[in-house]
Amino acid sequence: MSSVPRKTPVTDKKAIVLYLHVHQPFRVRHYTVFDAGVDHTYFNAPYEDGASNERILRKVAEKSYLPTNARLLQMLHEHPQFKLSLSITGTVLEQLEAWAPEALHSFKELVKTGRVEIVAETYHHSLAFFYSREEFEAQVKMHADKVKKVFDVVPTAFRNTELCYNNDVAYWADKAGYKAILAEGWDPILGWRSPNYVYRPAYTKHIRLLMKNYRLSDDIAFRFGDRSSPAWPLTAEKFSRWLADNQEATNFDLFMDYETFGEHQWGDTGIFDFLAHLPKEWLANRHHTFMTVTEAAEAFEPKDEIDVQSTITWADTERDLSAWLGNSMQSNAIEALYSLRDQIIGTRDLAFIEDWRKLTASDHFYYMCTKYFNDGDIHAYFSPYNTPYEAYMNFMNAYHDLHFRLAEKGVSA
Amino acid sequence: MLGWELPPHNSGGLGTACLQLCKALSKRSGIDIEFIVPYQARHDDIDFMTVSPAIPQGVASIIRSGIAYDSYKYIREDGTEEWLNIYDQQALYEHAVASMVDHREFDLVHAHDWLTFRAAMRVREKRGVPVVLHVHSVEADRAGMIGGGNPLVREIEGLSMLLADRVIAVSQHTKNCIVREYGIPADKIEVVHNSIEPGDIVPSADENVYHYLEAMRAHGYRIVVNVGRLTVQKGLPNLLRAAKEVVYRAPKTLFLIVGSGEQYYELIELAADLGIGKNVLFTDFQRGKRLRDAFAAGDLFVMPSVSEPFGLTPLEAIGYGSTPALVSRQSGISEVLRNCLKVDFWDINEMTNQIVAVVQNDPLRDNLIANARLEYEKLSWEDASEKLESIYGQHLTGAAA
Repeated sequence: MSSVPRKTPVTDKKAIVLYLHVHQPFRVRHYTVFDAGVDHTYFNAPYEDGASNERILRKVAEKSYLPTNARLLQMLHEHPQFKLSLSITGTVLEQLEAWAPEALHSFKELVKTGRVEIVAETYHHSLAFFYSREEFEAQVKMHADKVKKVFDVVPTAFRNTELCYNNDVAYWADKAGYKAILAEGWDPILGWRSPNYVYRPAYTKHIRLLMKNYRLSDDIAFRFGDRSSPAWPLTAEKFSRWLADNQEATNFDLFMDYETFGEHQWGDTGIFDFLAHLPKEWLANRHHTFMTVTEAAEAFEPKDEIDVQSTITWADTERDLSAWLGNSMQSNAIEALYSLRDQIIGTRDLAFIEDWRKLTASDHFYYMCTKYFNDGDIHAYFSPYNTPYEAYMNFMNAYHDLHFRLAEKGVSA
Repeated sequence: MLGWELPPHNSGGLGTACLQLCKALSKRSGIDIEFIVPYQARHDDIDFMTVSPAIPQGVASIIRSGIAYDSYKYIREDGTEEWLNIYDQQALYEHAVASMVDHREFDLVHAHDWLTFRAAMRVREKRGVPVVLHVHSVEADRAGMIGGGNPLVREIEGLSMLLADRVIAVSQHTKNCIVREYGIPADKIEVVHNSIEPGDIVPSADENVYHYLEAMRAHGYRIVVNVGRLTVQKGLPNLLRAAKEVVYRAPKTLFLIVGSGEQYYELIELAADLGIGKNVLFTDFQRGKRLRDAFAAGDLFVMPSVSEPFGLTPLEAIGYGSTPALVSRQSGISEVLRNCLKVDFWDINEMTNQIVAVVQNDPLRDNLIANARLEYEKLSWEDASEKLESIYGQHLTGAAA
């Protein structure tokens, strides 16, 4: 891990810490019992199919990555104090390389400014931390290697998939040498405390914890285009004023999916104008600035210690793992998958291992979530399948094929 | 209201649907129903409307002339069939209803299925009241073929719907079928989905009568059930072709086929030809506990219908058996029920894929049924009666709205 010299705390300034998460999984195609044992390609849905990774990636690149990066680059040029952090998974980098090299180039341009920090995570956007520590570390290493290769930077902050966080994750990240780790600023954890400070995770020595201010983040990510929201219409001026009026704060952690810009919130909501105007409005006050996550971790003294014994995430009203592991299809599928891990790694067949790893993406389990299926909400919107049952059937048939391939190699799992 | 049957004197779902619909409607203020059937019988448990006979004949005569589902033949109580003509019965009903209305005051006529449509049109001719025709199935559906069926019946359906003030279809699937078959303007046809009253579905508490299947289940077998008439409309040959592929991949799978019909022997032979004779169990026509228990004997209920106006059996499987369902997309129920598997009736590969998935993955079965139960518990005829009330209102001035 490269060392960043510790800066003098800029205690007189308040910082916006904007962090965007960029990710696309390799969705499993309609993969049937007739494919298992016959056709070992799981991720190549036809272009016109809802689960076509290529089609989705091209669409998101056009609607979100390209227009957003163009604005971000302009903002970086116009405002020397503007900074942000990105986490960008290995699987989306692969897809950008294959289907939208111009969008990948635009991300590289951002990082080249030296004011865009890349945050570490698992290459495959997996929940490996909870199933195989060895696999987890392998995927974090794969991601770091990929980031080094593509952007020529070494991450100094860590985020676990879906912002899954507990004391163990923080302990691991501290040992691994990261300076910062990200988590949801969830009220039951914070209690009376504010998310707008830097904290120290329990049982750690050096690492700092930055916690998402979900109210402010969701005003942008979820409610921006919602005309029934009391905050509508949200302007950069209004938003900056809210933050400026808050005396009890050092850092406002605005964490969200990158695809908020142009995909979850369409361009016609005015989301791009909001983004483009934010630096100007916020920086009008000379006590205001922007920081990357590592900078914020180094700039401010921790306000308190945060103890998180059971896992929190940034999803749903429960903020737990139930969106991925809440029903028996999900737990059955993930346990079946990880039960093959050691044998598949043992084959040293890289293509085979990579197929298995692509299936570790948390997204596959999210698509099997039934808890809100009846209300047809966000889970249904973000799934390429009609039902959670379809997601499960496709996944399990792919699992059966992995099993078949192991048997072909004379390995019994 | 003009109908052909009411429980317990019904041959299938039509009578049940009419009864439950009327029950829900009668709870709405300002709606009084007289239900005219073509036979004379006691309906002691019906106190929410008047049931009147149009013709002084017993139920047996009606049944002897055919059933509402089939314009050519009827199925006896013992399951055997006879080819007959129900057309005369329909004409008799028309004349009887026409003379009955001379002595009655009413605001609107609501008629169920083709057997009562001519009577409805006669009433309108005489009295000028609005006529609402309720289509529970279309002749082409029953014939299992686009453009198919008895030409006389097609003529009655087509002309009556053209003349009616409003047409009610029990599903979007049926509405599409009406537009396709008869060119009735789509904006004249309202979709009012059938439903179920979960309170009326009481699973049997005592031991399941399918002992053999229970025993096999304990040995790791999984059971796939179908309940229905064995006619071309129901698409069973495709289920058997899928069954062959399923058994090849999951040999511990048994198929229980409950029902009778003109394809009965053909299907038995087909199962044998496909080499899955020992995996497919035919029970013939069943009623009562044997019928209810069949739903409960399964791990999956499959309704592979070629064309199903609504399709109540998947809901009965959920209610009586806590058995999840795989239904064809060519059914009304597939428009309503979210937590079930769906397949095009012709897609034997996908049917195989989904059946194999269920019989090999208990968590899939368990999640399907747990969520389907939640959906099922919320069902009632309330929405249907509300929609109908509003439709009545649109055709009446100053009357019930």
